[in-house]
Amino acid sequence: MSAIFRRELLSYFISPIGYIFLAAFYAFSALFFNINSLSMGVADLRTTFQVMILLCLILIPLLTMKTFSQEKAQKTDQCLLTAPVSLGGIVVGKFLAAFLVFSLAAAVFVIYAIVISAFAKPDWTLILSNFVGLELLGAGYISIGLLCSCLTQSQMVSAVTSFVVMTFFYLLSAIATIIPIDFISNLLQKLSFLNRYYAFSNGLFDFSNIIFFVSVVAVSLFLTIRVLESRRWN
Amino acid sequence: MIKVENLIKKYGSFTAVDNISFEVGDGEILGFLGTNGAGKSTTMNILTGYISCTSGKAEINGTDILNDPIKAKSQIGYLPEIPPLYPEMTVKEYLNFIYDLKKCKLPRNSHLKDICKIVGIEDVYKRKIANLSKGYKQRVGLSQALVSNPPILILDEPTVGLDPNQIIEIRNLIKKLGKKHTVIISSHILPEVQAVCDRIVIINKGKIVADDTEANLSGNIAIKEITLQIEGDAEKAISKLKEIQEIKCTKSGNIQEYRIKSVSSDLLCRKIAELSLKNNWLILEMKTNKLTLEDVFLKLTAGEDVGGEK
Repeated sequence: MSAIFRRELLSYFISPIGYIFLAAFYAFSALFFNINSLSMGVADLRTTFQVMILLCLILIPLLTMKTFSQEKAQKTDQCLLTAPVSLGGIVVGKFLAAFLVFSLAAAVFVIYAIVISAFAKPDWTLILSNFVGLELLGAGYISIGLLCSCLTQSQMVSAVTSFVVMTFFYLLSAIATIIPIDFISNLLQKLSFLNRYYAFSNGLFDFSNIIFFVSVVAVSLFLTIRVLESRRWN
Repeated sequence: MIKVENLIKKYGSFTAVDNISFEVGDGEILGFLGTNGAGKSTTMNILTGYISCTSGKAEINGTDILNDPIKAKSQIGYLPEIPPLYPEMTVKEYLNFIYDLKKCKLPRNSHLKDICKIVGIEDVYKRKIANLSKGYKQRVGLSQALVSNPPILILDEPTVGLDPNQIIEIRNLIKKLGKKHTVIISSHILPEVQAVCDRIVIINKGKIVADDTEANLSGNIAIKEITLQIEGDAEKAISKLKEIQEIKCTKSGNIQEYRIKSVSSDLLCRKIAELSLKNNWLILEMKTNKLTLEDVFLKLTAGEDVGGEK
């Protein structure tokens, strides 16, 4: 797993993808930080964190689109799947590499918090819960991106599919409001990424929300492993 | 040792590998010969654990590839038809990655250095794979199969796309590797298999149609033919020769050319020589036309069984 993790991490930075992802993340988050905090004179990063859910929808598919689809297209998956490594090791290695790149991007919020602390006394608990929420959201999205990448040889198809699936989970709370059946509506509200993320954004460290995102990661990675396994049999 | 028993691989209604069984002993170089789409690569992919079989069994040194894939895979070095290379990496980065991937315990630097020396890629060690020639890419692909010094090497068309010099170099290299490893090579290039392999398995439409040494294959399948030119009494000669074998005769002046089919040409030549001495024929020419491996291959893959019968 560690070999896969290191190669995957290296692959982000010997190709432009890692740099583009980080540059776009830093640039847009800095823009929102400037608009929402610096220009308004507000010592609060919540609004900027909340906007990040939209930015993640667009940028994370770029990060994950190549993970499996490129391997399949280049036939390098033969190298991985014939090596003495478990499928779980391959999937988790790739997930951790993408998550580390995402965390490098999200770490920019530490700088924003320091900048704010130079002018005012920020609410560190609120910033921490927002940061944890962003990390968990990113992990959930990355795991979905990995699953989508595993289903196709085309990076473009992988990116578009990831975007569609992630947007679906993002819009679940909105969809829930137009569904008249209470049971389904409540279920969709519980599955909504937006609702779960907003709880962190408001400073709530709800254990169920942490479990929710961890479960999304676990289920997506499990399905990715099953897809790889089923490909061997078909 | 590799043991394959009743292996079947189906893709829907299409049977890519149809109930094949064979064994490869330690230190043996086995040639897997067949036309494109015969099932060579599918069999190799099953042996290396890349895909699973529909039914049957494949054992690598006693370990079933399905029951304990990690243990089985750790004993195999695999070069697929298209070398699995990451073009954005340098050769050094790539081989180090493979070293880590295979959890190799041998001393890293000296082991990788030795492989580069054997395969002849020392001069491109720090170059990006994307910028290498086809020949070098093939060698890098071969080098990754050698990392961790696996006892079994499975090479799927290792010389495809190489120039004649590179082909000879790779063949020599495989011969050299065969001294320390069990090797399976797939190819549809007959001289390659002939030049390198101890034993040949010919596969056609997913089925094994022959499994033997090159000499035995040619010997078993070939009804050898003797061309005989005699000066003298044709009628007498024919009647005598017909007692021995099936004969086709063409006449040109006083010289008769006979084409005599025989399973055992050595014995027949002796008999013909004895007849000529007894009957005072003048033998102008007597030669045995042996079938080449190419003839054998064409015969078998055209749907004929060993022995020449459809």
